[in-house]
Amino acid sequence: MLIRVALPKGRLMNSTAAILDKAGWGLDDYNEKSRLYRLKSSTRDDISAKIFQERDIPIQVAIGNYDIGICGLDWITEYTVIYPSSALLTVRDMGFGEGAVYAATMPGVIAGGEIITRGQAVRIVGEYPNLAEALALKMRLNHFAVYPLWGSADAYPPENADIILLPRKCESEIVSLGLQSLGKVVDFRACLIVNKDSLRSKDMSSILASINACIPAVFQQADASGEEFINIGATKQRMELQCEYDADTVRLALPDGHQQSHVRKIFDAAGIQMDDYPSSSGNRRPKSSLEGFFIKVIRPQDMPMQVAGGDYDLAITGRDWLTDHLYQFPSSPVKQMLDLKYGWVRIVAVVTNEAPVNSTTELQQLHCRQDSACRIAAEYINIADHYARTNHFGSYRIVPTWGATEAFLPEDADVLIENTETGSTLVKNNLKIIETLFESTACVIGGTRSDTSPLKAQRMAKFVELLRKALELG
Amino acid sequence: MQIDRCKGCTDLSEQDMLRFRSVETAFLEASKSYGYREVRTPTLEYLYLFTSAGTLTPGMLRRVYSFLDWDGWSGERVVLKPDTTIPTARMYIERMQHKGHTARLSYVANSFVFEETGTKARERWQCGAELIGGGGELADAELIAFACDAVKRMGLDKIEIKLSHAGLIRGLLSSLGLDNTEQDAVLSRILDGELDTLENVHTAKPQVVEALKLLLNTKGRSAGFLKNLRALFAADISEAQNELSSFISTIEMLEAMELPYEIDFTSGKGFEYYTGIIYRLFAGDENIGGGGRYDKLIEMMGGATAPAAGFGLYIDRLSSLINIDDLYIPVSQRVSVSIVPGAMKLGCEVSGLLRKAGFIVLTALDGKPSYDCGWELKVLPDEPRLVLRNCGTDEMNNCSDAMEALMLIGVG
Repeated sequence: MLIRVALPKGRLMNSTAAILDKAGWGLDDYNEKSRLYRLKSSTRDDISAKIFQERDIPIQVAIGNYDIGICGLDWITEYTVIYPSSALLTVRDMGFGEGAVYAATMPGVIAGGEIITRGQAVRIVGEYPNLAEALALKMRLNHFAVYPLWGSADAYPPENADIILLPRKCESEIVSLGLQSLGKVVDFRACLIVNKDSLRSKDMSSILASINACIPAVFQQADASGEEFINIGATKQRMELQCEYDADTVRLALPDGHQQSHVRKIFDAAGIQMDDYPSSSGNRRPKSSLEGFFIKVIRPQDMPMQVAGGDYDLAITGRDWLTDHLYQFPSSPVKQMLDLKYGWVRIVAVVTNEAPVNSTTELQQLHCRQDSACRIAAEYINIADHYARTNHFGSYRIVPTWGATEAFLPEDADVLIENTETGSTLVKNNLKIIETLFESTACVIGGTRSDTSPLKAQRMAKFVELLRKALELG
Repeated sequence: MQIDRCKGCTDLSEQDMLRFRSVETAFLEASKSYGYREVRTPTLEYLYLFTSAGTLTPGMLRRVYSFLDWDGWSGERVVLKPDTTIPTARMYIERMQHKGHTARLSYVANSFVFEETGTKARERWQCGAELIGGGGELADAELIAFACDAVKRMGLDKIEIKLSHAGLIRGLLSSLGLDNTEQDAVLSRILDGELDTLENVHTAKPQVVEALKLLLNTKGRSAGFLKNLRALFAADISEAQNELSSFISTIEMLEAMELPYEIDFTSGKGFEYYTGIIYRLFAGDENIGGGGRYDKLIEMMGGATAPAAGFGLYIDRLSSLINIDDLYIPVSQRVSVSIVPGAMKLGCEVSGLLRKAGFIVLTALDGKPSYDCGWELKVLPDEPRLVLRNCGTDEMNNCSDAMEALMLIGVG
């Protein structure tokens, strides 16, 4: 009987590989140099392993695509705290990968047992939205809003968040960021997880015993029920209306990552001087020659929600992320203000070459005939949901992913919603496009309620006009 | 492809709806007779309505259905309401408090609570009442009497009331030296059924812990039980004296009304907004409802100070207990009318008359009479215009006009 195993990329990869090697699993390609997702064992014929982003593993094991997984307890708890009755079972603490998700604020935000907020709601941001909500309930906050992030949470306080959730190795790393730790929300040592149904019905004893023999006995069964990990008590809430900016200041979000060089090029062409962007030191508050502007560097995926929430007036992101946001929140007060014409990609629906379909209609009909739910994997979960609904897929399931989506086909999904520039990665992974949903480029987005003063509106319009002229000239 | 119901959700069949309406009607009639006016709050509310300390316990909050709706770009979560008292209190503050009157409100509403196995209902219906702006033992007694009266009108006579008192427990916790936050935490654990939480309370007054343990672990059936406790622990529970006296007064009123009760302090699970008496109603072993006093809720939600109390009766559980044999309309009151082409005018006329007379009239489709009727009436374009058949005896009668048919069926 073949046992399917989901293994982590990233922070836990080396330690996991060492234990599996000791356990004699023979997964010779499970290392950072290898570009393979699917692993074959050189020693056992009962193991089929695949590499995932760690965050995907609890979902994959819970829905039964995999029997066994190895993953940090932070991502396990992020899943189990909201789906306590799922088929996910945490069976062993593996004894490595130490660290914790901490709740943190800027010093002075919590005083005398009260949290002092800048607006009506306590804004909690981080990559762990379910843990953030559990934390808010544990703290008995009267009024809170959770902003899920793709990353860079430490850039948000104090202007754009009251509490952030940050994964770090120890509390001193929180302090070194100039933040005040409120305490641990959850530890994140690596854990062995299994699907409950697989545990009941499959003989996995040989595999479990081999890995169990390599884990120090001192590590007991992990309890991943979530709530018990949050050691932060009830906190009263007090609102203090503070404003760091005058009403005329334009708050601009610029992208981190590979988009920075493109943005810098356009800014240079527009005659906008930037100091320390892109930043080699990780500075997230670059200065510019734009008068009356406050600039921060965050993830482009998070920008539409931030602009909609009124934390920024303008941002530079991709139309793909704006569309994903607007599909989820059609009434959101954010709109495209200028197409920057770089970063062109197509957002496509993709299936494996072996799939007997060449169009979305054929795919929909195939699942209708097979009487099966279509599994749609995507980083763009709202675009995927919109695609399924508008094409009348009937029964379908969205499988959220956090990267390496092309590896999901064909075992773990039936169709992907993915972006592609040349299509070469898709071809390399034996995939074919069955529909182009739309084309996306980078764009300036703005809040439709941001022009709160004539001067601010003038500054926003002037900025957009500067970039427009630079693009025309370039 | 088979399309399933959502896990934990229930279809109400025609029999279920007969039971449901019977419970609802009995409740609304009782409500009217006690001067309570029906209101309805929305299914969706903002999550923060329920997250404030002192509303739902953490155990309940973990099981609410909360999500970002189409308007959720601000990060504001909404919730399928897990409870009706809190939204009703919100409505009172928004629309009624400024009038300064005592508000007697009733409702029939659904609420949603996640249940892990999916084998029990996640959508629950209840009918309930809130008395806001009027306090004291008499108000508590009125609500308990109203709840019992409503249940009796449903045909259930053997009711037992289990009584607890959050104010008394809080008073005792205060005697232990716990501050309000600590009291909230311990009380919510006690109300969630975690009685061993007292073992972890460090105090210089172990005798008060003993009093609490005695209260939580002992059940009594007379006001004398509480008077005995007062005699035993009077010196140690000074902060709880007023609450204890109030509780005794209410119990004496219930005794005067001859309502059967038991004192059981572990009642009230799941809600920490209660400040005074808490009660649960039982029909046999079935918990059919409960309520209590929550004098701080209105103020905590931003309103002016106002005493308040209320109860809820669980329609799903009550429905399963009532006899529906009496609820069916007898077949003798059901007429199947078959209209032959060309006789539509007379067919409509006679159907209208029958309906006006209180009969249920089913139009025969495709010439097939309905199977569950006591009478079949065929309407023809020519003489005899009406042919009436008694389905029980198979007796046939020709009628010349509608009135003659109605006379034979038994109208007039």
